[in-house]
Amino acid sequence: MRIHVDGDKCQGHNRCHALAPELFELDDYGTAHETGDGAVPAHLEDRARLAVANCPEFAIEIMEGDAP
Amino acid sequence: MTDLDRESASGRAGTSTRDAAVRQVVGDDRTDVVSTPHGPVTDWANDFDHTDPVWAADPYPIWDELRGTCPVAHTERYGGAWLPLTHELVSEVAYDTEHFSSRSIIVTGSRPGDIAPVGIAPPISSDPPFHHGARRLLLPEFTPKAIAPLEPFTRAYCNGLLDEVAGNDVVDAAIDYGQHIPVRVIAKMLGFPASDADRFRTFVYDALERVDRPPAERGETIGHLVDYISTQMAEHQAEPRDDLTSYLLGAEMDGEVISHRHVFGTIALLLLAGIDTTWSAIGASIWHLAKTPDDRERLVAEPDLIPTAIEEFLRAYAPVTMARLVKDDFDFHGCPMKADDWVLLPFPSANRDPEAFERADEVIIDRSENRHAAFGLGIHRCLGSNLARLELRIAIETWLERYPNFTLADPDAVRWSGGQVRGPRVLPVRILPA
Repeated sequence: MRIHVDGDKCQGHNRCHALAPELFELDDYGTAHETGDGAVPAHLEDRARLAVANCPEFAIEIMEGDAP
Repeated sequence: MTDLDRESASGRAGTSTRDAAVRQVVGDDRTDVVSTPHGPVTDWANDFDHTDPVWAADPYPIWDELRGTCPVAHTERYGGAWLPLTHELVSEVAYDTEHFSSRSIIVTGSRPGDIAPVGIAPPISSDPPFHHGARRLLLPEFTPKAIAPLEPFTRAYCNGLLDEVAGNDVVDAAIDYGQHIPVRVIAKMLGFPASDADRFRTFVYDALERVDRPPAERGETIGHLVDYISTQMAEHQAEPRDDLTSYLLGAEMDGEVISHRHVFGTIALLLLAGIDTTWSAIGASIWHLAKTPDDRERLVAEPDLIPTAIEEFLRAYAPVTMARLVKDDFDFHGCPMKADDWVLLPFPSANRDPEAFERADEVIIDRSENRHAAFGLGIHRCLGSNLARLELRIAIETWLERYPNFTLADPDAVRWSGGQVRGPRVLPVRILPA
């Protein structure tokens, strides 16, 4: 599984960072970015789905499968 | 440099400048006063009033009915206003900065004068493109990392408030507790004297809850706010400190130090926007726990669930309804909107929309999927949302540690504020043996 935060949609609610700090980092302005290349370790997949389900702006995309 | 700039720098706001600043806040009473035919509402679809006592006491049935039958209500009060009720329509307005302006975001009978691009209280009252830079000035000061150092202070302050009422059988969770917390925290951030807390609360009440008063009366009371902030700015100018006020006085946008009018507006925003909103959220959460023993017992037993429960309280009892002004005449889903009509953004109603949330009318404290819009949507997302969450979490944790068992002392005595920020203003709670 991989995740990606759409920087145009993210408004800095920071729900993803609160729920899955291992997967999302915040810049100095509070905008979220996926950590590294967005690859989600198997044991954090539920956390990734939780982050997606709590983003008020629908800014996080989940892609099943490994990085291309 | 404007008059306000010069006078703030010299430490006083002269009469003409004070009047200009007051006009910024309350609107220009010479050009656009519209009498508001106040009276009890009998037709919520065509003559709604968000300050009606029925709305303040329990707006949910009103919203539920309108959402199902008339997704955009209208009123001639306040010079014309619209009220979209569904999550979809509220989102659409929030994201549409082309048709809707944030020039003013509190509905009154008048309209602001030509104050673009800075606006009354930047960045909440600014439109793109000015909004972007004005917001970026503040964002770094309100990230989770930036505000985390306030946690021990906030916790100690909450404990101190409860120490003051220790031993009382009945504690007013709104008056003795909730109302003090955001005031003290924002005063600390701005570097204003803690002893001025009562004055802040008066400012908030005048600005946000007395919207039905005539412009002249609003101007007089809001003049005190202008004087107060001007004095604080002058003192910080003379003697800079490590606080938000001094930071703003030296802040730059596009390579230039921002104007004193801009600093003034931003300080007014931080004072007004963070106080009764967070107070409302703290009160509504304690109100829910006082009347729902199962939820209260579960949070006492499982304090790790508190952050999740807080998101649900924010969804179900979201305090804030925002507003926009229509830029130019246009048709919005069949509604003939006119330039300068208000459009209310009832995020609390969006949060109760069954199309957007399962079991939307139930409070489920372990709700795992919760895309609530309590802090708004789009570019004006509440800048202080992390701070509000920190204060709310600590307030609830501290309260439950001290009072694991409590109930409403008198359900009929609870009083809710009306208007655009809704929360309990009187909330007597009976403390029971643990």
